[in-house]
Amino acid sequence: MDNALWAFGRVSGIISLVLFTGTVLVGVLARSGRPLLVVPRFSVTLIHRNIALLATAFLVLHVGSLLLDSYAKLNVTDVVVPFLGAFRPFWQGLGTVAFDLVLAVVVTSLLRHRIGPRTFRAVHWFTYAMWPIALAHAIGNGTNGTSRWFLLLAAGSAAVVVGALAWRVSANFLETAKTRQGGLL
Amino acid sequence: MTPVTAEMPMVVDRQGPSGTHRLFAAGNDAGLAEHVQTFGALPSHGVDARLIDVVEASGLTGRGGAAFASWRKIAATVDARSGAPLARKPVVIANGAEGEPLSFKDKALLAHAPHLVIDGLLTAARAVSGGQLFIYATDAGLPAVERALAQRHDSRSVRLVAAPETFISGEASAVVNGIANGPALPTDHRRRLSESGFKGRPTLVLNVETLAHMALIARYGSAWFRTEGSDRDPGTRLVSVSGPAGDRLLEVAGDAGLGDVLSSADIDTSSIQAVLVGGYHGRWVRPMDYRLSPTGPASHTVRPGAGVVHALPDSVCGLETTAQIVGYLANESAKQCGPCMFGLPAMARVLNSLAYGGRDPQLVRELGRLSRMVTGRGACHHPDGTAQLVGSALEAFSAEVAAHLAGTCSKRMGRRS
Amino acid sequence: MSETLHIDWTRCDGRGLCTELLPTLLDRDDWGYPLAKRATNGDRSNVAVRPAHSEAAREAVHLCPKMALSLANQVAGFGQ
Repeated sequence: MDNALWAFGRVSGIISLVLFTGTVLVGVLARSGRPLLVVPRFSVTLIHRNIALLATAFLVLHVGSLLLDSYAKLNVTDVVVPFLGAFRPFWQGLGTVAFDLVLAVVVTSLLRHRIGPRTFRAVHWFTYAMWPIALAHAIGNGTNGTSRWFLLLAAGSAAVVVGALAWRVSANFLETAKTRQGGLL
Repeated sequence: MTPVTAEMPMVVDRQGPSGTHRLFAAGNDAGLAEHVQTFGALPSHGVDARLIDVVEASGLTGRGGAAFASWRKIAATVDARSGAPLARKPVVIANGAEGEPLSFKDKALLAHAPHLVIDGLLTAARAVSGGQLFIYATDAGLPAVERALAQRHDSRSVRLVAAPETFISGEASAVVNGIANGPALPTDHRRRLSESGFKGRPTLVLNVETLAHMALIARYGSAWFRTEGSDRDPGTRLVSVSGPAGDRLLEVAGDAGLGDVLSSADIDTSSIQAVLVGGYHGRWVRPMDYRLSPTGPASHTVRPGAGVVHALPDSVCGLETTAQIVGYLANESAKQCGPCMFGLPAMARVLNSLAYGGRDPQLVRELGRLSRMVTGRGACHHPDGTAQLVGSALEAFSAEVAAHLAGTCSKRMGRRS
Repeated sequence: MSETLHIDWTRCDGRGLCTELLPTLLDRDDWGYPLAKRATNGDRSNVAVRPAHSEAAREAVHLCPKMALSLANQVAGFGQ
């Protein structure tokens, strides 16, 4: 049983990371205001939301299974408070930080119509911190963290996310950037 | 709403000023002594909820530009107060921020008749059982009001707030935002300010001239107010007249003829090619046989807005003048709302092109398209006003437009830069 | 009861989701902002929504990335 939990904990962590990478990419696309080929803008937004929720579900499974697993030596405090863990406290702590950030982002996103755009936006910016922290946690803490295939996956993910960020800050990022250029006197 | 009661002045011991010389009847720089000497003390009893009926009977409309029936605004504030589960005292704001570069009547009123404005504010406050009271004006208007407030004991609840010198700082939601939060920028308002304005309280924003008229109506009654003006535009209004002969402030009867207003300001109408009425959000008209009234057919009446009349001499190109104004208005956009932030500069560019050398007939069509595009879309009416100005310029200066498209300008003796 | 879709222009950034969801009511202007096809008394900030489009309008309100939309049964609007 323990072995099964342990294996599931690892796999769900990796799946969660991959899904969060997708969330960030689709989120950047949504922010640009562009449709995705034939997929309309509102669907892009819905995809962003749904991948994010799926990623969060896997993250909860990841944390939950390792909490139940005796080998991981994880306790309830470690889930919320970083850097107190028994095993590789720093790398595990990064995971805790990422988990906390995900919780904050998900809760503010679900409640965004109540809390207003400012708080929502401010907290949402934390995803840009959450993603690299989660990746570092995976490399430093994961059993497969330093195996060749995982490092290749991590490098590939980092490359696309950095690429997306470069596009995000470029001048023509917004769909309407061209027509709005020179709009102001 | 019994006309008989409403017609009765609340205080009958004194005759109101006769003729159109009303608001400045106490003279220049009128202090409290001259003010009381001329108008009598503000009646302290009876001026409360009944004021709404009296103001309704007077037909007073807002002198800040929109010409909304003043009694309706007051009544809406009273309703909001009684309708709210937690009765919150309404806030009343005297708005003296003109913004409009061609308008100077509110500054003059605050400088020379501050006590009338304060009387009006206290009167309105009593009618709505107001709590906090504000006088909001640009720096030029504040010192006189400050002195006036120091002279009297009934106005301790009035606070003075400085307004920035921007075009839109006098827009009602910008006024409330400026006083409550600092930036004098218009806000999105789904609910009327009378329901939810200053810090969510019922808020009554009235132009300072409107309040000054109200102070006189409270003293002399609605029938006296209506002895000047017409049925559709009773009372008097201040008019800031500008033109080749300089600036002149007039108080004229409602429904006044535009030609008469210009003659009163010593402007030779034969040397004038067009008149901008209502300010930068107003309308170019020519010739001069229009009447100044908030209501009436557009063919014979022109809305005075905040009482701005600007005469354009024969020697100046109306398209160039309008292009400069639209450039100014585009710059004065709060840059909060997309259609205004991008639409007004686009309009300014096209109009500039038309005014300064462009010969593509599509320019006129493009101006029309952009005007229709920005209209009705924004937190305030800045785009609407700008589109109205542009539309009226194309109409009033249609011959000039044709000349420009043909490569000439009649105001530069055929020479185009 | 007919509803109106209110556009808060101070929030709107013209991302275009609402124009996709309500193509019969909204166009996009030159800069991407929603442009009501029909004005109500010159007002194009409060767009009349027929019951047939009510569901799509609700979706637009929910999905607007800038939370610039709201639905109401009646609108206010008088200023200075």
